[in-house]
Amino acid sequence: MTITAPSRPPLPKLADPAPARRRPRPAGDHGAGRTLISDTELRRTRGKVVYFSVLTVVTILFSLVFLFPLYWMVTGAVKEPAEFALTPPTFIPETFEPQNYALAWDRMNIARYFGNTVFYAVGGWLIQLVVDVGVAYALSKLRPIFGKLVLGLMLASLMLPAAALLIPAYLTVADVPIFGVNLLNTPWALWLPAAANAFNIYVLKRFFDQIPNDLLDSASLDGAGRLRVLWHIVLPLSRPVLGVVSIFAVIGIWKDFLWPLLVLQDTEVQTISVALSRLSNTSQVPPTEMMAGLVIASIPMIIIFLIFQRSIIGGLSAGSMKG
Amino acid sequence: MAVIEAGLRESRRAQLRRKIQDNLLAYAFMAAGIACFALFSWYPLVRGVVLSFQQVNFVTDPYWVGLDNFRALFADPLFWTAWKNTIVFTGLALVFGYLVPLAIAVLLNELRHFKGFFRVAVYLPVMLPPIVVVLLFKYFYDPGNGLFNTILNGVGLPGSQWTQSSSTAMISLVLVSTWANLGGATLMYLAALQSIPGELYEAAELDGATIWQRLRHVTIPQLRFIMLVLLLMQIIATMQVFIEPFQLTGTTNPDTVTVMVLIYRYAFTVNNDFGLAAAMSVLLFVVLGAFSALYLRLTRTAE
Repeated sequence: MTITAPSRPPLPKLADPAPARRRPRPAGDHGAGRTLISDTELRRTRGKVVYFSVLTVVTILFSLVFLFPLYWMVTGAVKEPAEFALTPPTFIPETFEPQNYALAWDRMNIARYFGNTVFYAVGGWLIQLVVDVGVAYALSKLRPIFGKLVLGLMLASLMLPAAALLIPAYLTVADVPIFGVNLLNTPWALWLPAAANAFNIYVLKRFFDQIPNDLLDSASLDGAGRLRVLWHIVLPLSRPVLGVVSIFAVIGIWKDFLWPLLVLQDTEVQTISVALSRLSNTSQVPPTEMMAGLVIASIPMIIIFLIFQRSIIGGLSAGSMKG
Repeated sequence: MAVIEAGLRESRRAQLRRKIQDNLLAYAFMAAGIACFALFSWYPLVRGVVLSFQQVNFVTDPYWVGLDNFRALFADPLFWTAWKNTIVFTGLALVFGYLVPLAIAVLLNELRHFKGFFRVAVYLPVMLPPIVVVLLFKYFYDPGNGLFNTILNGVGLPGSQWTQSSSTAMISLVLVSTWANLGGATLMYLAALQSIPGELYEAAELDGATIWQRLRHVTIPQLRFIMLVLLLMQIIATMQVFIEPFQLTGTTNPDTVTVMVLIYRYAFTVNNDFGLAAAMSVLLFVVLGAFSALYLRLTRTAE
């Protein structure tokens, strides 16, 4: 369950969950690569001048607006607190104290919160995959009675703004009906609601639907059971879609804030986001250490993004978007 | 004859057995999923509505109070403030977060260099945990030695109180939120722009259309569908704004209290009134439900 930024997939374009990121752009003026402004217009002297000035301005502007804040965060963390508080601030650190990162890691207990978050993300990812693949496979290949109804009820949950469920879902986690257990401050409070992910199920089912039934039938004629077919045929063929679902599962859990804020109030078990919020509100952490904490909280997401750029941007264009 | 009939009956029985087996297996595969949905999605929806008509005090069992929760909400001046603030936030977020990505996407689609760099740069903030963005901007907004005032003063403009003054607090929140989120909309526009057939531009150019006319009469009409989809997505997402006011201005500041902040406040701070919070959630759900229905209808017809 993503409480803060519900993913709202436009349903139409999902047929191929990971399309190529960019279309090849033919060299000439003609064909699909053509945009608003033609290459002929750009080749004129005036066109060239305008184009390169716009390109320069946009490059500088993008660097300043989108990258500079990150530079500020990383370098702010290595300044001495006195330099950090200077007016006007220094743009290139004059003092260099990389040990602020180590201090944050130890003194703010970032190590623990970082570990917690990794644990929640990995566990949530695995549970989401197991639960959602099971549902999608059953709906797509076993076609049980009432299958359409079940899928419909699950997809209906995409219509629910997460905000609407906040209070009753919290009470449910605090005292799970039938089982009568309290999941507050346990990883299950994050994992189980996250597993109820209709978007994943929909994407997986659409992908499984494209796998020809003949392939599965011939495997069952050879004596493979349904589970073996799933494991040895369907899943290997579904690598790309499983990849996209996995990346978004991990990102979703890492970025979530409001739900963990509610269900993980015990400071020992909090995620790094909730802990940073609490430390910023209640304690007198030196700003340089806080900056280091912010950087540490961002690093895994930035690494994931740099590695999986193509799938993330492709998956985004295919439809899923965070708020 | 009899033998064939017996054989048919036999095979029909086998088919039936197989069908039953498949159904049992299917529901075994789906059991965990159905349980998760039932517990954390379907049941809470019903319970939320029930709760909104109940008094919850943790001493006795919840008891029925009819419309009392809603009456209490309407009598609370903060309730109206929260709605007003939320609408202002959503409106401002649309002005920035809806038009700016469109402009950026059209511009980036024309640039032939550094495509990878632009995409990464614009989407990088979306990847950061929201709390990181908000806390970082807290330092930027600092009226004393914050970066923003330093820059303003540097070019000879007076500084601002940013989040700490009632006249600028809301816009400061919108700026953070826009910075953090516009990458998503930008990339979706960019994808839509790339699917516009080049022939349309070619034909317009042959007819003597200037760049502005092409933008106005080819690009914008071709983007109409995605613009409508993004408009609804944006409204639904921004009306649930929480982390910016929660972290930057606190839950007690009437200048920036939003619907979600007030729900949080009713339920988890002083009041501990889950019935009141649930009633407010139901109202938010009704409002957002209208947009969701529109959205679903739109994407359905497109399919």
